[in-house]
Amino acid sequence: MTAHSDIVTIRNVTKSYRRGNQPVPVLEDISFAIQSGEFLALMGPSGSGKSTLLNLIAGIDKVDSGSITIGDCEITTLSETELARWRAVNVGFVFQFYNLIPVLTAYENVELPLLLTRLSRRERREHVETALEIVRLADRMDHRPSQLSGGQQQRVAIARAIVTDPAILVADEPTGDLDRVSAGEILSLMDHLVLDFHKTIIMVTHDPRAAEKAHVIRHLEKGLLTDG
Amino acid sequence: MFMVKYILRNAFRHKLRALLTITGVAIAILAFGLLRTLVGLWYLGVESSSSTRLVARNAISLVFSLPISYKERIRQIPGVTKVGAMNWFGGIYISEKNFFPNFAIEPQAFLDLYPEFLLSPEEQKGFLHDRQGAVVGRKLAAKQGWKLGDRVILKGTIFPGQWEFVIRGIYRGAQRSTDETQFFFNWDYLNETLRRTIARRADQAGIYIIGVSNPEKAAEVAVAIDTSFKNSLAETMTETEKAFQLSFVTMTEAIMIAIKIVSYVVIVIIMVVAANTMAMTARERISEYATLKTLGFQWYHIASAVFGESLFIATLGGIAGIMGTFPAAGVIEQELSQFFPSFQVTTTTILLQLSAAVLVGATASIFPTWRAATIRIADGLRRIG
Ligand SMILES: Nc1ncnc2c1ncn2[C@@H]1O[C@H](COP(=O)(O)OP(=O)(O)O)[C@@H](O)[C@H]1O
Ligand SMILES: [Mg+2]
Repeated sequence: MTAHSDIVTIRNVTKSYRRGNQPVPVLEDISFAIQSGEFLALMGPSGSGKSTLLNLIAGIDKVDSGSITIGDCEITTLSETELARWRAVNVGFVFQFYNLIPVLTAYENVELPLLLTRLSRRERREHVETALEIVRLADRMDHRPSQLSGGQQQRVAIARAIVTDPAILVADEPTGDLDRVSAGEILSLMDHLVLDFHKTIIMVTHDPRAAEKAHVIRHLEKGLLTDG
Repeated sequence: MFMVKYILRNAFRHKLRALLTITGVAIAILAFGLLRTLVGLWYLGVESSSSTRLVARNAISLVFSLPISYKERIRQIPGVTKVGAMNWFGGIYISEKNFFPNFAIEPQAFLDLYPEFLLSPEEQKGFLHDRQGAVVGRKLAAKQGWKLGDRVILKGTIFPGQWEFVIRGIYRGAQRSTDETQFFFNWDYLNETLRRTIARRADQAGIYIIGVSNPEKAAEVAVAIDTSFKNSLAETMTETEKAFQLSFVTMTEAIMIAIKIVSYVVIVIIMVVAANTMAMTARERISEYATLKTLGFQWYHIASAVFGESLFIATLGGIAGIMGTFPAAGVIEQELSQFFPSFQVTTTTILLQLSAAVLVGATASIFPTWRAATIRIADGLRRIG
């Protein structure tokens, strides 16, 4: 093991949702750490709480108890507004259905997270072009999402996720909606981001081929980690 | 200016829906504008009737007339400058549907007491010196195709017979609101004909139009007139022309209030319809708004996108409605000139229309804005996942 340190520390996290008056436990006492530069795959049956856990790590949902520390920030203590600011800088998001804004071009979609920074228009352009080159879509930047294939849309989404150069990328079934070839492209792209850009990737997946690419695989079952 | 771009593109995402909403708002704002104009005109009509003129009528009812001998007696009352006899004639030109108000009035009193009806000196002279002379409003003349010197026959209703007149003057209104659809003819012609035909109805004035030297003393003069005819055969009831007009329109006032209410109801209806559309739109975009929030956009970014879109659509509809109001008012003025001597859309009405449109947009977006701003990201994202 090299100089890798923990970038994510999860301690005794529980989370439940309410269905009517009945609390439904989703995550029960989860603790584990993720090292910087790790490519982690979270696997498990549908409904086991993978997305919920990913959302908690990414700061878009709140724990019931326990703590999550990312870098040197304990995000479980942040307010809604602070969390939004924190996410914009520290996390990149990739979703199963790409979640691009249909009325914006590829370029504009990738530019979105930069609009919340102090960068000038020119600096933004440089960042967006770089990100689009990394995903090899610089020639499609004026296309709307509807004019792109699923694989291309997901690559735009990845460009959007990396454009602010966050340390962590979270991906919720990024290949779930793609054919084998496109899925393969997305996975090698993520591999590339980990190897050459030293990103930490946390990916929820069903796909064994996707999990193969990961360095670490964790299994979640009924809200409990079944390994480690 | 990302938000502006985003709002504009969102607004036309569903072209048909946007078009229908804009059209709906436009029609509502148009209707609102026309109704307000109607109400405004009515009040203007009441406002613009002179308060320097008094009207004396039979105290029992307008149906009863006053002896012509009263004219001299009224003139002698201090504060009175001019007196003229006037009768509602109620003649019909060819057919009932050509209705326009027509009166018999003493020409000199007409010229002295109605400065708002503008006539050239030749026309004034022509009216004064022709027993059968008539003066008509410009709009009425245009509508019936009358020119100076034309002979016009009215069929009497209150005063039977065929009455022939010669157009001696075509008056213009001093103000845009002045009624240009009226017909005035020489009172002497009416009276002399009656003397020959129905003598018992001759030498009677329907009302007296009275000029006063000082408008502030008008009320006192009116009391003085009525006092001097107390306990006589025909007691008088004298009031300002404005009060006289109002006594006709008390019922119409209720109608005007109803129209006012309807104009607001129209706005409320379109508000509800627009609110439903905006709610539907925002519901469809919940996962998109959740995505933006995920990327770090704050609740107020999302709120301004929803609010801005609603405001933009409503304002666009409002502007379309306002632009439609002018031609619509033009058509009404043309086609219904006997009811609306002038159908002019005022600046106040336009501002009211614009405010109504903005209000529609703002109100319609309250609920969707709140929903979009407060949606929890995890819930919003689940909508598609
Ligand atoms: N916002 C929510 N409200 C209510 N229940 C939820 C919500 N999110 C997730 N759940 C429930 O929590 C459980 C885990 O969901 P999720 O984390 O999406 O599972 P996975 O991603 O592993 O399929 C499921 O039973 C799901 O119905
Ligand atoms: Mg899931």
